[in-house]
Amino acid sequence: MQTNNTAIIEVENLVKRFGTFTANDNLTFKVYAGEIFGFLGANGAGKTTTIRILSGLSKPTEGIVKVVGFDAMKQSESIKKNIGYMSQRFSLYDDLTVIENIRLFGGIYGLSNKEIRNRSDELVKDLGIENLRKRLVGDIPLGWKQKLAFSIAIIHRPKLIFLDEPTGGVDPLTRRQFWELIYRVAKQGTTVFVTTHYMDEAEYCDRICVLADGQIKALGEPSNLKHEYQVTSIDELFYRIVKGEDRV
Amino acid sequence: MRTLLFLIQKEFIQIARNKTMLPLIFIMPIVQLVILVYAADLNMKSIEYSVFDLDASHASRELLSHYDSSPFFDTQEQLFSDEDMEHSLKSGEADIVIKIPKGFEKSLMNNESVEVQFLVDGINNAAAVITTAYAQNILLKYHNNLGSSWLNLQEVQAKGIEIKSRHWFNPELDFKVYMVPGILVLLVSMIGWILTALNIVREKEIGTIEQINVTPVRKYQFLLGKLAPFWLIAMFELAFGLLLGRILFGVPIIGSVGLLFLFTAVYMLAPLGIGLLFSSLSNNQQQVMFLTFFFNLTFIMMSGLFTPVESMPNWAQYVNYLNPLAYFMPVIRMVLLKGSDFLDVLPNLIGIAIYSVVVLYLASLAYRKRV
Amino acid sequence: MRSFTSFVIKEFHHIFRDRKTLIVLFGIPVVQILIFGYVITNNFKDIGIAVMDQSNDIHSKGIQSKVFSSGYFIYKGAIRSEKEIESKFQRGDIRAVLVFPSKFTSDIEGSGSSEIQIITDASDPNLANTVVNYLSGIVRQYQVQKLGNGLQKSMMVVETRMLFNESLKGAYMFVPGTMALILLLICALLTSISVAREKELGTMEVLLVSPLRPAQIILGKVMPYVGLGFINAIVILLMGTLVFQLPISGSLILLMAELLLYIVLSLSLGIFISTMAPNQQVAMFISLFALMLPAVLLSGFIYPIENMPLVLQWLSYIIPPRWFIIIVKDIMLKGNGLEYIWDETLILTGMTVIFIIASIRKFKIRLEG
Repeated sequence: MQTNNTAIIEVENLVKRFGTFTANDNLTFKVYAGEIFGFLGANGAGKTTTIRILSGLSKPTEGIVKVVGFDAMKQSESIKKNIGYMSQRFSLYDDLTVIENIRLFGGIYGLSNKEIRNRSDELVKDLGIENLRKRLVGDIPLGWKQKLAFSIAIIHRPKLIFLDEPTGGVDPLTRRQFWELIYRVAKQGTTVFVTTHYMDEAEYCDRICVLADGQIKALGEPSNLKHEYQVTSIDELFYRIVKGEDRV
Repeated sequence: MRTLLFLIQKEFIQIARNKTMLPLIFIMPIVQLVILVYAADLNMKSIEYSVFDLDASHASRELLSHYDSSPFFDTQEQLFSDEDMEHSLKSGEADIVIKIPKGFEKSLMNNESVEVQFLVDGINNAAAVITTAYAQNILLKYHNNLGSSWLNLQEVQAKGIEIKSRHWFNPELDFKVYMVPGILVLLVSMIGWILTALNIVREKEIGTIEQINVTPVRKYQFLLGKLAPFWLIAMFELAFGLLLGRILFGVPIIGSVGLLFLFTAVYMLAPLGIGLLFSSLSNNQQQVMFLTFFFNLTFIMMSGLFTPVESMPNWAQYVNYLNPLAYFMPVIRMVLLKGSDFLDVLPNLIGIAIYSVVVLYLASLAYRKRV
Repeated sequence: MRSFTSFVIKEFHHIFRDRKTLIVLFGIPVVQILIFGYVITNNFKDIGIAVMDQSNDIHSKGIQSKVFSSGYFIYKGAIRSEKEIESKFQRGDIRAVLVFPSKFTSDIEGSGSSEIQIITDASDPNLANTVVNYLSGIVRQYQVQKLGNGLQKSMMVVETRMLFNESLKGAYMFVPGTMALILLLICALLTSISVAREKELGTMEVLLVSPLRPAQIILGKVMPYVGLGFINAIVILLMGTLVFQLPISGSLILLMAELLLYIVLSLSLGIFISTMAPNQQVAMFISLFALMLPAVLLSGFIYPIENMPLVLQWLSYIIPPRWFIIIVKDIMLKGNGLEYIWDETLILTGMTVIFIIASIRKFKIRLEG
């Protein structure tokens, strides 16, 4: 990949507490520009908390968090201009049509009318949903919705996109197609930060970070990690980590 | 600015597409206006009364015929015992029982003092006072006429003060003319308030608000985007309601329509702002609904439509500074029915303008893009 | 039966988990009854009037001092000419002007009669009417006390007795009204969203495929709220008796039974709305917006039903509070027993049955459709 050594996300000693519950316990990691960074963990491991902090939806309790050069503690609005975000809870407007959703978010990100027109044409063509343009988003199948949400999340060509379990609840074929989309934007230079609990998807990432109980348990390239733990698949790796077995 | 237009457009599309809400938003207030306006007649038109006539004389029947012929008194029932009397009031068959004592006629003839008894159902205190007053009036009239009618006493010149009343702005005392603007204000405010209140919290429940929060949209843009469509709807409904009031009920428009709309334009920001504030504070639709219900009902009851504000205790009048309806309620009547001008409504205009700004500011504080 | 029990427990959890709602829920009756009891008491007082006194003599001043010491009116200045009146009305400073003609006293004492004019701002006609009534009353009283009624005839003494509310307290009217209004709205609101929420969150499908029968689902939705509504009712009742000194002249048990009936009725109304509405938004809009004003205006709470046009009187028949207010007043204030209120009770029971049956039907259609 086009990974170079400029960090686009820098996290140092990030702590997030909700009352007495610690969701993120002293996280430190970097994400480099252009890479596909996989954030792995079981449900409740703290993935969504982290991604919400990084994208400016939630405030860190402690620690230094820098995203696209801005401080997440104070400059979350500047971060938002430069990132895209797609969440596991599908969040386009069901009662707007495909094209209306595109227009809305294009408009919010300050694209000109011409840009909006060009990009929405491009987008529906890429996804092959020209015939669905005027359909309400609520009426189109889930798989298409997810792909549409992804495309809309990058409508403003952000440097960095956060995907929070983007493939939750879709069929294997659609998951495959979804990852093709991710590869395509990564090739164009967009950094991808993706959380998932599908371990096979982790293999597609440049680097992965395994989270359990709010702490980072492993971080590195999938092949290196497999080697380090002497396992044949990420699935196995994950199983060993969450079971608390240390590397051999 | 462009962002704002996109947001407003989005809200409009969503409103227009909501096939269940749309007719509710437009038809329900109109239906309520037309029906409820008729409900507010405080003039006692039919006081139901019963009679316990122990005298059963020419004089007592003469007196009772006065009640009979009065347009205010209704259905005469003859009672024959104290138990009857009690039952008549307890069952609600009568609002008032008139008891004429034995020897009524005789005492009158002999110029002795006579005592007539009114037994009134006092539960509705206001109605009881009016009922008594009407009943006394008739008695007094009967008594005054006695001299010339059948007792044939010498003519006496009554030392009397005649009271004449003139009712300005509404000589016929048509209560509908008063109720139309009042109910219209209630309806329009409630609609705007409820719709904005339900709006943001609904986006929270569905999850779409997250997608908005992660964009660089400014808080004020988002809130104004929510405000503008409902503001327009409210203005439209007010205009339509006024037109209807004029056609159906003959509500006059004496003052300046421009002034009224200027005031409405500022005023509407207040209930809409409260709706946004509540919506931002709540986690789900149930919470926002109970908040809205509570304040809505309180504000409506204290608005001055049902009881004059000046008759309320002092603390309540202070509380009313928080009640947007209390600013608008007098103004709409002043402008429509009395032709009040800009200077007359200025104190209220300033008040509601400050109110609106504060509420919208609070709403923008309460709406957090980040938790 | 087991599945039914666990369903009811689930509904309980829904209610008690949401603290914010609970606080509002119990705060509403307390605050509302205080507000209604103290503020909306229909007590007529402190109405601002101005005086245009063209004679300024004994009787004109005498009447004025009576008027302004009555507590009903507040003196808002003297007026020289009629031209001033309009602008005062337009600013909303005063509600009426009391006009004395010139030579008021000498006319009365000489020719024996004179004339007072009351000019009202009738943009509020009900108030204008009341102002005239009260002012006339005061003048007439003055006339009798100070001038004698001038008749050499027999004295006519009127003895008026106010039954059930001797000191004419406004609270006697408003506590039952508030109780009826608040219970109806709270209960209907509570249940109206409960079914709609399940539809919106998709959990309805789970219920529909479960072995629960429609009637059980409806009952399960109503039951937990009965307790909630009943606590609310008791709070209102306690406030009414302790703070506003309303008596409970009749049977307490009967009152409780009627309260229970009314609560179940209101909850069923909510359920009925809920089965009709596609989502929470619509359910709430209907139960808030469509219910509130008609319940206030057509229940006889504020405006007497007998005064309304016939069509509205018919319409008021379907407003539950209309009947419940009569029941509460009868039991609490008049001390009546069931023999006086059996018809109202029957109507409320009938309404409850209709709402419940209609809701169950609506459910069945969903099941089969």
